[in-house]
Amino acid sequence: MTIKNFLYVNRKAPYGTIYALESLEVVLIGAAFDQDVSLAFLDDGVFQLTKGQNTDGIGVKNFSPTFRALGDYDVTKLYVEAESLAERGLTADDLQEVMYEDEDDDWAEKPSIKIISRAEMADVMAGADVVLSF
Amino acid sequence: MSTLHTVNKSPFANQSLISCLGHCKDGDAVLMIEDGVYGGLGGTGLTEIMANAAKSVSLYVLSPDLAARGVDAARLMQGVQGVDYAGFVDLVATHDRTQNWL
Repeated sequence: MTIKNFLYVNRKAPYGTIYALESLEVVLIGAAFDQDVSLAFLDDGVFQLTKGQNTDGIGVKNFSPTFRALGDYDVTKLYVEAESLAERGLTADDLQEVMYEDEDDDWAEKPSIKIISRAEMADVMAGADVVLSF
Repeated sequence: MSTLHTVNKSPFANQSLISCLGHCKDGDAVLMIEDGVYGGLGGTGLTEIMANAAKSVSLYVLSPDLAARGVDAARLMQGVQGVDYAGFVDLVATHDRTQNWL
């Protein structure tokens, strides 16, 4: 089977619409198909990865911890756009830690989140075989 | 290797079109559909940004969406081309991938 590069593009904040949760659901489903999966977070999508989310008061599921499970599904490339963070007054310290164990490096723990520039994000997008937008 | 980008929201309502243009590579195409067609108008606050983008990116609007909104094609800025549904299909078929800016 040909391995394709799937890119999931996330541009929406987490709880105002269903896009963010649906994206995560599709990523988890897609992970079962042994494809090369990357996630992109830009514009308001960067808010999905902030730490300290607590949805107790709004009656919806806090799905932010689920990002930390992606490594177990071999989803280990989470690209976050630096300009989108800066425009929103965020830094890398505001994002939760997402780690994976690298099976090719004696299961060393490594960060899944990579902060990249807008130009690099354009390269990531141009390198995808399939782009799924949320 | 190039990408067809589609934008379906008015650029006066959100940042999707601007973000899209910020991630285009030279030779890409941007097709404005639904409320996105307002991005193709001339004489707006965005026309300068769009004219600049048109130097490296091909700009299209879906004509039926323009007509539905009562916008005459003469109102489009220079460099924006109208396409029908068959033209939309041709654009999809002639690019390597399609990216939707929702």
